[in-house]
Amino acid sequence: MAAGERSWEEIRKDFPVLDQEVNGRKLIYFDNAATSQKPLSVIEAMTHYYEHDNANVHRGLHELSNRATAGYEGARARLAAYLGAQDEEIIFTRGTTESINLVARAWGEEYLKAGDVVLLTEMEHHSNIVPWQLLAQRRGVKLRFIPVTPEGTLDLSNLDQLLDGVKLFSFVHISNSLGTINPAAELVRRAKAAGATVLVDAAQSAGHLPLDVKELGCDFLALSGHKMCGPTGIGLLYGRREILDAMPPFHGGGEMISTVTFEGSQYKPSPYRFEAGTPAIAEAIGLAAAAEYIDGIGRARIWEHDQLLAREGLAVLSQIPGIRILGPLDQRAGLVAFTLQSAHAHDVVSMADQEGLALRGGHHCTQPLLRKLGVPASSRASFAFYNTIEEIQRMGEILKKVQTFFA
Amino acid sequence: MNLEELYQEVILDHSKRPRNFGPLPDATVTVRGDNPSCGDEIELSLKLNGDQIEDVKFTGQGCAICMASASLLTLKVKKKEKAQAEALLKGFKDMLTAPEAPESNDTLGDLQIFSAVRRFPQRVKCATLSWRALEQALEAHAGSVTTEEPAS
Repeated sequence: MAAGERSWEEIRKDFPVLDQEVNGRKLIYFDNAATSQKPLSVIEAMTHYYEHDNANVHRGLHELSNRATAGYEGARARLAAYLGAQDEEIIFTRGTTESINLVARAWGEEYLKAGDVVLLTEMEHHSNIVPWQLLAQRRGVKLRFIPVTPEGTLDLSNLDQLLDGVKLFSFVHISNSLGTINPAAELVRRAKAAGATVLVDAAQSAGHLPLDVKELGCDFLALSGHKMCGPTGIGLLYGRREILDAMPPFHGGGEMISTVTFEGSQYKPSPYRFEAGTPAIAEAIGLAAAAEYIDGIGRARIWEHDQLLAREGLAVLSQIPGIRILGPLDQRAGLVAFTLQSAHAHDVVSMADQEGLALRGGHHCTQPLLRKLGVPASSRASFAFYNTIEEIQRMGEILKKVQTFFA
Repeated sequence: MNLEELYQEVILDHSKRPRNFGPLPDATVTVRGDNPSCGDEIELSLKLNGDQIEDVKFTGQGCAICMASASLLTLKVKKKEKAQAEALLKGFKDMLTAPEAPESNDTLGDLQIFSAVRRFPQRVKCATLSWRALEQALEAHAGSVTTEEPAS
């Protein structure tokens, strides 16, 4: 810990929800990949907005509307800074899923035609598969997948071949089922060299490690606020300015038009063209507070701590007899999915819950991947920077208890 | 809430050694049930002779609650008339999901060990998956003898 830095113990106290008992035991929250907890500063930013500034954005000429607009546009600028983008390149959406759907609809329908290829990977979340399947049905676009090795990494041995003729390449930065960290910059570079437009699904990475879209070189990047200490119902799509300017609108109505006549409408430039209707104002302000909070700790420092928790998680879980850990054994993010020989994921999660330990059980919205790995369902422990080594060790004790019970 | 109440010995026993587990080659109706939220899959096969359930078997994989429930289901409905199976089905569903917990229902017998599931709402789907398949199987038979339909 460098001089002036707050300790992780102090940081943890910023999260009121963590200070409670569940089923009579001290809560251990290891479901951070599903949604992270929120620090007081985020909760207070949203409360402050509703208590003092609530009004609709852009339309008003009165003071509160000015404040709401300033708050909302200030949030956009804060998120642009968070990603190294320009303000106009940040479109607020409801989250990663809506961001990907926006690209599939607005960009995909304009620029892809029957026979064009969209390249994905076998480790995509359903939200980065289904929008493309829908596009394939509507437009006759073909989907191609980069295979996953039994170790849980991307098999890039035929990448050049797989990229041949690809119009769009969309891939997950960090896998929510495997913890795999994909070599995003390299993938983007090679895809761009092959002439593809590239979308990065940063849902699991945006709150955990430094991200700069210009360094990454991607055309689009999607993230969810609630997985990075922000509120639910808000996320964003980063789009490179030139691409957004050449894209048709997504939803129609409200703030996205400049003039409407009964005959037709003219659309505003990005980002407003893609933000129809009254946006999630308080949520955008909350998300900006989350970005501020995370950068206050430092993403490089958070990532280092993540890696420490990941290593400890792997070490503790590896000691459980009959466990199968999914994903690579090194170079991974702070989440570990596993199966126990003796107990089904549902039973593991129910029993852990009785001990105050919150895990996730199921297929984590990556059904095709788990099917390929021959795993019907797994349990998952996903960590955040407010989690501790002691909590991970306690998980080890609880899982041993689960095993004895079901053995 | 003590977890032992949910995972009673009988449930653990049936989940580890499910009865009537395996394919039923001369089945007259087979229904596949899946729980898309977790990936559990059950295939329930019935051999119906008129209104009698002559034989019943299941295959698939799932959690302890899901497997034990399917296993006990087969024991309870085998050799029963359809109407009796329907009554059991209703009794079982009511025990877990009726707005008011019903009084103990002796006709359910062993199945009453699942009454604790009522207090674990997230596990109700696990316990009822095979029963949903049974419901579909009984309905399908009423319409056509060898229909295979996925559970809704």
